[in-house]
Parts: sequence; structure tokens; C-alpha cells
Amino acid sequence: MLEYVGLIPLFPFIGFVINGLLGKKIKNEKVVGGLGALMVFCSFLVSSGILLQLIGRPAEERIFEKVIFTWIQSGQFKADAGFLVDPLSALMIMVVTGVGFLIHVYSIGYMHGEEGFYRYFAYLNLFTCSMLLLVLGNNMLLMFVGWEGVGLCSYLLIGYYFHKKSAGDAGKKAFVMNRVGDFGFLLGIFTLFWYMGQTHNVWTVNFREIAANAHLLPVGGVVTLIALFFFIGATGKSAQIPLYTWLPDAMEGPTPVSALIHAATMVTAGVYMIGRLNFIYIRSHEAMLVVAIVGAATAIFAATIGTAQNDIKRVLAYSTVSQLGFMFLAMGVGAFTAGVFHLMTHAFFKACLFLGSGSVIHSMHHALHHAHSHDDPQDMRNMGGLRKAMPITYLTFLVSTIAIAGIPGFSGFFSKDEILWQAFSNPFHGGLNIILWGTGAVAACFTAFYMFRLVFMTFFGECRITAKAKDHLHESPLVITFPLMVLGLLAVVGGYIGLPKLIGDMFGGIPNYFEQWLEPIFAGSHEFTLQQLAHAEVHHSHALEWGLMGASVVIAIVGISVAYTLYIASPQIPKKFTDAFPALHRAVYNKWYIDEIYDFLFVNPCKALGNFCWKGFDVLVVDGAVNGVASIVRGFSSVIKNLQTGYVHNYALSIVLGVVTIIAVYVIR
Amino acid sequence: METIAIPAVNLAAIMPETVLSVVGMILLLINVFLPTEKKAYLGYLSLIGIAVSLFYTMNGWGTPQEGFNGSVLLDNFSHFFNVIFLLCSALTILIADQYVQREECNHGELYPLILFATTGMMFMASGTDLMTIFLGLEVLSIALYILAGFARNNVKSNEAGLKYFLLGAFSTCFLLYGMALTYGATGTTKIAGIAQFIAQNSILSKNPILLVGMLLMAVGFSFKIAAAPFHMWTPDVYEGAPTPITAFMSAGPKAAGFAAFLRVFLVALPMFKAEWTSLLWALAVLTMTFGNITAIYQNNIKRMLAYSSIAHAGYALVGFVAANEVGVAGILFYLLSYTFMNLGAFAIIILVGKKGEPNNNVSDYAGLSVKHPALALAMSVFLFSLMGIPPTAGFVGKFYLFSGAIKSGYIWLAIIGVLNSAASVYYYLRVMVFMYMKAPEEDFAWLKVTPAFFVTVVIAIAGVLVLGVAPQYFLKLAQIAVMI
Repeated sequence: MLEYVGLIPLFPFIGFVINGLLGKKIKNEKVVGGLGALMVFCSFLVSSGILLQLIGRPAEERIFEKVIFTWIQSGQFKADAGFLVDPLSALMIMVVTGVGFLIHVYSIGYMHGEEGFYRYFAYLNLFTCSMLLLVLGNNMLLMFVGWEGVGLCSYLLIGYYFHKKSAGDAGKKAFVMNRVGDFGFLLGIFTLFWYMGQTHNVWTVNFREIAANAHLLPVGGVVTLIALFFFIGATGKSAQIPLYTWLPDAMEGPTPVSALIHAATMVTAGVYMIGRLNFIYIRSHEAMLVVAIVGAATAIFAATIGTAQNDIKRVLAYSTVSQLGFMFLAMGVGAFTAGVFHLMTHAFFKACLFLGSGSVIHSMHHALHHAHSHDDPQDMRNMGGLRKAMPITYLTFLVSTIAIAGIPGFSGFFSKDEILWQAFSNPFHGGLNIILWGTGAVAACFTAFYMFRLVFMTFFGECRITAKAKDHLHESPLVITFPLMVLGLLAVVGGYIGLPKLIGDMFGGIPNYFEQWLEPIFAGSHEFTLQQLAHAEVHHSHALEWGLMGASVVIAIVGISVAYTLYIASPQIPKKFTDAFPALHRAVYNKWYIDEIYDFLFVNPCKALGNFCWKGFDVLVVDGAVNGVASIVRGFSSVIKNLQTGYVHNYALSIVLGVVTIIAVYVIR
Repeated sequence: METIAIPAVNLAAIMPETVLSVVGMILLLINVFLPTEKKAYLGYLSLIGIAVSLFYTMNGWGTPQEGFNGSVLLDNFSHFFNVIFLLCSALTILIADQYVQREECNHGELYPLILFATTGMMFMASGTDLMTIFLGLEVLSIALYILAGFARNNVKSNEAGLKYFLLGAFSTCFLLYGMALTYGATGTTKIAGIAQFIAQNSILSKNPILLVGMLLMAVGFSFKIAAAPFHMWTPDVYEGAPTPITAFMSAGPKAAGFAAFLRVFLVALPMFKAEWTSLLWALAVLTMTFGNITAIYQNNIKRMLAYSSIAHAGYALVGFVAANEVGVAGILFYLLSYTFMNLGAFAIIILVGKKGEPNNNVSDYAGLSVKHPALALAMSVFLFSLMGIPPTAGFVGKFYLFSGAIKSGYIWLAIIGVLNSAASVYYYLRVMVFMYMKAPEEDFAWLKVTPAFFVTVVIAIAGVLVLGVAPQYFLKLAQIAVMI
């Protein structure tokens, strides 16, 4: 099966080509959507085969590289187009194709009747293909191709409703901010390539070769620079401070897109990249600290904004930003396994949440449409009590919310708790550990709060739309609820493959399968840490670990209780609160005015500079020079043209003149 | 009694040529019995002949065959060129049928003549004796003179045929005179023999007779590849000749000229390398600059492509000046790419043309993208390749040519080449501006894509893109081929 790894990105690409070229003619939604989903399912089957084959091998042989062809060769520089299958990429392709397939199925129902149905599926397949290239690429350049590909698809899908100005603007914003990050990513590639080549004569962009030569890299210094460059790339794609503002706006796209691209897969690419390049980060504590701080700050910052949003998708968007912050926190404290673990569980429950919100919006939209109401179907203030009308959506949503809130027994608990524990106990950041842990813990509390606020506002209480519209509320069809059920199930059980040792021991020594699986990827970094830091082997007492685990449970429960108090028990309090602190509420509601600050600091100066360059420089200097050269050349051309008389004797003369000149020059010389 | 020396005949060395000429003669016979409307069958038959010839060519890769006492040598070099020639004539035949029917010059001789011309080209590539090369050149030229004037009812075509004949005969004299002087100085017409003789008598490198012989041969070949200032015939002939023949002439015979030019100068006259590189340097600069600058002012698209093809010969000469492995392999690669992109572009021109071709101006392409988006897209691919924009073959080819020049230290030549190709973007883009940014003036309703055209355009696009995206394999072949 491993030999056929090339098929994994190929299937969705075929889907893209067929739907992109012929979709408009096919018209039949079942064929177009079915093809899109089928192609991803085929990739899923191949991925599963590969995963099983890897599992069957001993741990140290679970790496396989398939070179398709030599892509670029120029002097010392060589890049193959090939795929790298190892535990990390195998895990990622399972998530991408598995969750991707469910979302494709969901989209068939959700996008029913939309204009440009085929366009949607073509883009979605292209996205899947690019994402698979990103995670499977065996070198940094191929990864960059996928990286740009997903960025393009994200842009196309955010702007799917391109007739809406807000959607177009949101797409542009996402694209531009991603470009800023990509710039850093590219600089990272260049610097790493240049450094390894110049100082150690290792000219390569191949991940395996870089990893094999990682011991040549110094600690700190240039490695910090490289790591930070790559991290800039990650902040763009994974929506971290300061490049996160595009993600909430990206909710202009169709909801399944938000689930697939802006929650489960693309935005985790930055986390994946750091995991892939863990051997670089482990060699720079400064860079790790930056990653950890940015992660923690993003986690809490986005969580605060999430508490005051009323648009159901925006809450989830800020929640995604915040959860990605958790993942980066994990990466920054050297807990690569925990970060990737949270990536996976988050893919399950957040995809489920987004799809659930889509189901709600879908239903609300129909109901409001029937009642000829112009209320916003995404505004939670219009919802309420939906659990009766939409039981399956409600249940799956609730389960996922419990998972993200971090209640024991659900997947989110295991991954988030592991991150917090590692933030507390890691050997890297000394006294800052307690701050990192504290920030994460408070962010977790906010998470529990705003997520349950969402659930309470949406599914509990009294329905706030008109009675007429209310009669039209109904559960979504199976094509929509089926993916919800599968993802909901995964949101519950997905965490059990990564039981913490503490709990595993309690149940008769169940190992942490997840950690064992990724062991070969991060073993080098682990070893390096042990060599570098004498105190790395500090053993914290079990009591402490139990204590912290208990603390995170308490934190989650506090968050939930507050939400219950404010939105179920005594719903008048929030109003009083906002009245008491109007400035604070306004600031949070307006996302701390970050967009306005960015406009003032970057966007407007850029526009002014652009304007100046256009009118002052381009029109006068550049156009002047270009037009000048052009008219000179054209004038010259029209003169030469006259030489072409059409008379044979003139032509013969020119030949003779040429011959005479040549011979004269050479013989007389 | 004296024994008669039986020449070392080796038919395997001329197998591809033999196949083509035999098929050509059979076609001439069949032609007599075919009614006018069925002449297309001759085209299909000649395609079979080309396929067989191609089979022999491909099959012989890696096993050089010498024949006729060293007069012909079917080595990798000639194999590579043979593929270019066969490809060129196959594509020409594919696009010719519809054209000759439209222009009412559907005479069956067209196909045999193309085959004979191809035979001539092949002898130019595989000839290792000045006489063989000259004979090949004549076989090619005579066929081409007729083909250029093939549209008998069209005055312009007649003019093209006559002009080409007069100037061709005129310039052939120089070539032949050069060959005669070379023979006079060295006593042999065998290319290897000339090299050997010069190497043994180093005093000869100062011999003015040999020097003039070399220069005159350079002039003769320059006429064939349409290098300035021996290019004046090109625009008139290319414009007047039937369009498929123009396509054919701009790719195949030009490549044949380069093949003979390269073999004679690289193998026989390496001792004069300093002299001929400086001459070719000047010719390359003149050719590129003349071609591009004059093309800017052309409105007729065939004429524009004629000047463009002059410029492209100039680019190829850059690789010749470099005279190293990269540059010369670059020439082969470039000629192959050029065959794809130029025939593709001409195929579109034929499709868009009407009877009598009243609409060959660039402005007649206005709005093509609206009416025929696929055709406009195909044309754009070819134009991009002609400009030398990645990921097309034109870019890779130019890249190799110019990097060959840089490798040999001709930095300025490379710079002039790059500047020239920047200037060329103007007139290629002009076509695209009309196709994509102007409202259609004509309805293009007459335009019909037959299967033959479809196949041609698809092959051409595939060639342009494959050579552009994955050039390594073909470049390797070219590098093996130039180890002569």
C-alpha cells in the first residue's frame, strides 16, 4: 500500500479536474457532490491501508519515502517531488481524509440548491489535494506548494459568495495576511537551506536529510532566527497573534468550509510544521519561549473576545483561534506530542461544532425564510430552545462542547490537560512555567464559559423567533446529521488513544498509544533535551499531577457554572454587567479594536504609500521611461521596416554586402 | 585485373530516409488515381510512412550506423534531429489537409513533397561528407521552392516560391563555393577527414583559402537558418507561402540548417573556433535584434511570426557561440521546443484564417477568447512559450542557451539575448491583448476544429508543457546527442 501513497492526493485532484471542467454541464448535484465525496473516500481508504501497514511494522521502520520524480535540479540544489510517510504524516492524512470525507458528505446536504454547487466541490477537492500535499511532501518546497495551495483554496472558498462585498473582502484579508506569514516561511526555508549548505555543505530541502543532519545545527543563534521565521509562517496560516484577525472574518464562507479549512485542517498546518521541524525548535529556547508566549497569549486573548460575540460562527472562530493557541503553547513548551494530540481531538470536536452550527443555521434560515423574516439566522440572540426541534444536532453539539470544555472522559480533556501539565512541568522556561500554565488555565475557564454560553443561548431557554417561524424549525436530513454523529462519537472516544500515564496506570497499565506512535518523530528532540538540560529528568510527584488535573476540572466546571448562572438561572445579570462596565463590554465586543488598530498602523499607511508610488512614481517615472523606450524602439522598428523593399535584387544585394563585409573583416584584419 | 572496390554500403545508415522516399514515390503513383476530394488519404498514408521512419530512428538510438564510405553517419545527433524533422512534417501534414481544401490547391503532390523535403533534411543531419550535406540541402530546397509556391492561384504564393528560388539558388552558390575552397585547401570533403588534415597541418589554420571557405560556408548556412543579414527573404516567403508550409519551413528546414551547420563547424573546423565564434557572436546579436525590433511593427501575424522565427534563430545561435555542452544541447532542445510551439501557433492561425486569408492581421484576433476560449487559451500557451515564460518549453530552452553562453564567458551576449526576449514580449502580448481584452468584431462562425487539428494542438500543447515542466529527460537526450 505504501507504494501507492501518490494516489492519496491524486484522487481529490481528479475530482477537482472533473468537477471543475465538467461540473457545470453535469448539473446533477448528486453526481457532482457524490464524486467529490467519493474521491476523498478513496483517499481515506488508501490512507487507512497505509496506516495499518505502518502499524504492522516495528516502530523504527515506520518511515517511508516515495520519490516520484526529480523536480528541480540546479547546481548544488536538488529537490525531488516525493512523499514522506511516517507516523506524523500518516496521522495527518487520516485526519484530513477522514474529517474531510465527512464534511464532503455534509456539504452535499448543506449546499443543496446553491448556485455554483460544482464550483464549491471543485474547490473543496482541490483544497483536500493541497492539504494532503502539504502534509505528505517530503521536502520544504513541496510542503510550500501545498501551503500555498490551501491558502488559495481558502481564499476561493471564503469568497464563495463573491457577490457579497463582505465575503470578497474577507477572502482578500485572509489572503493578504497569509502572504505576510508565507514571507516568513519562505525566509525560513532560505535561511535553513543556506546555512546548512554554506557552513556544512549539506545542500538539501528534504525533511529526512535535514533531520539526519540536525546535529550540525548550533544551539540558539541562527537557529533561533530560522525557527522564528518559520513561526511567522505558522502565525499566518494558523491564525496566531498578530496575524489572527483574518480567521473570524473567514466565517463569511459556507459553514462546512469553516469546519474543514478553518477549524480541522488548514489552520493546523502551522502546528504540523513545527512538529515536523521539532529538531529545530528544540535547539532554540528563545524561539520556543516566543512560541509558548504567543500561543498562551492567543489562547486567552481570543477566548475573551469569544465571550462577547453573538454570531454563532464567530464564537466558534474565536474559539478555534484560542484552541490553536493551546496547540502552540504545547509546541513552545516542547510537548510536541501533546500539541499534535490536541490538533487531532480538536479536529474532531471543532469540526462537529462547526457542522452543528451549520445545521442550526440551515434550519434557522429555512424557518426565517418561511416566515418572511429578515432576522439574522446566525445571531444567537434569535435562537433559543432549539434542542427540542433538533435533537441530534443538539446532542452532538453538546457532546463536543463538553469535550472542548475539558470535562474528564471526553477527548478534549485528555489533550488539553496534557498541554497544561506540560506547560507547568516542562524543563525549558523555568519560572515562566507557572505563568504559562496560569494563562492556559484561565483561557480554559473562558473556553468552558463561552462554549456553554453558546449552548445555552442556542439550545436552551425560550425560542426567540416568531411563532410562525418556529413551526418551520426542523432537524436536518441524515446527510447532515450522519457526519455530526460520527464526529460527535469521535469527540467522545478520540481521546482514549492518548491516556495520560497517570490514568493509564490506574487502569492496569494502559499505555499512551498516541505517544508511542509519535515516539520516532520526537525521540531525537527528547534525547537532545536530556543531553542539554541536566534537570530535564526532574520527576514531579504524582500528587502534583493529580492536583493540577483536578484543578483543570474545577476550572472547567467553574466556567460552565458561570455560564449557567448568567444565561439560564438569572439571565438579567449579563445586561446589568454590560451596563455597569460599558467600556469593557464595547472593547471586548469590538474585538479589542484590533482590526481598527491594524487599519491605522498598517493598512492605511500601505494604501497611502501605494497611492504615492502610483501617482508620484509609477505614472511619472516608470511609465514615462517605459513609454519612452517603447516609442524609441517603435521608431527604430519603422525605419528598419523600410529596408524590406520586396525587391529580390535588394535582398541579394544585402547578402552580397554581408559576405563582402565578413570576408573583408576577417581577411584584411 | 584490378578489383573493383565495392563501397561499404550500409543500408541501415539510411533506413529512415529510404522509408520516406519510397513512401513518397508510392504516393506519387497513387496520386494519379485519386480524385481531388480524396487527396487526404495521401496524408494518412504519409503519416504511416513517417511513423515507420520514426520507428527506425527511435530504434537506432545508441547504435551509430556508418555507411557509404563514411558519407553518412546515423548517430544520436542525427537521430535527435530526425525526430524533430519527422515531428515537424507529421504536424504539418495534420494541419495541411483542411487548409489546401479551403484554399483550393488540393493537389496530391503536397504530401510526397513534404516527405522528400524531410528526406533532404535527414541527409543534412546525418551527412558526414560535404557532398552528402549539399545533396540533402538541394533535395530539401527544391521541394521547398515548389511548396512555397504551392497555392498556384495565389499571386503571393507564386511570388514567395519564385523569390525563395532565386535567393536560395544565389546563396547556395556561396555555400558550394565555400565547400569547394575547403576541399581545395584540405583535399577531402569528408568532415572527419578535414578535421584530421587541419590537425596534422597546423599551418593551414593561417591559410586564407580555408578561412574564406569557412566564412562562405557560414554564409550559406546562415541563409538557411535565416540569420541576419541573410534573412531578407524570410518575411516575404513566410507571408506568401501557404500557411502550413510556412509552419513547416520555420521549424524543420531551420533545424536542418542548424544540424549541418553544427556538424560541419564543430567536427570539421574546431581549429577555427576563435574565428567562427566571433562571427557567430555578431550574427547572433544582429539576428536577435533585427528579428525582434522589426516584428514589433508588423500587423500581419504570419509576417510577425516570420520575424519572430528570425529572432529565435538568433537565440539558438547564442548556444552555438557558447559551443559548449550546455549551449549546443540547448540548441537541440530549443529546436525541439520551437517545433512544438511554432507549429501549434500556426495551427491556430490556419484555424482562424478564412479563404484567401483576408484576416491575418493581429487585430482580427479580437475577442477570440470570447468565441473560442479553448483556442485562445491554446494560442496563449504557445505565445507564452515563444516569449519564454515558465513553465513552458520556451523558457527552459532559452535558459539552457543563455546559461551555456554565460558558462563560456559570453556574459554580454546573454544579456543582449535576455533584453531581446524582453522586447519580444511586446508583440506576442499584443496578440493576447486582442484575444482577451477587445470585443469581438467577427463572429468566427466559420471556424471549425477538425479531429486532425485537435490532435495537432493537443500534441503541441503537451510538448510545450512537458518540455517545460520536466525538461531533464529530454535535455539528457540532447546532451547525449551532441557528443559527436
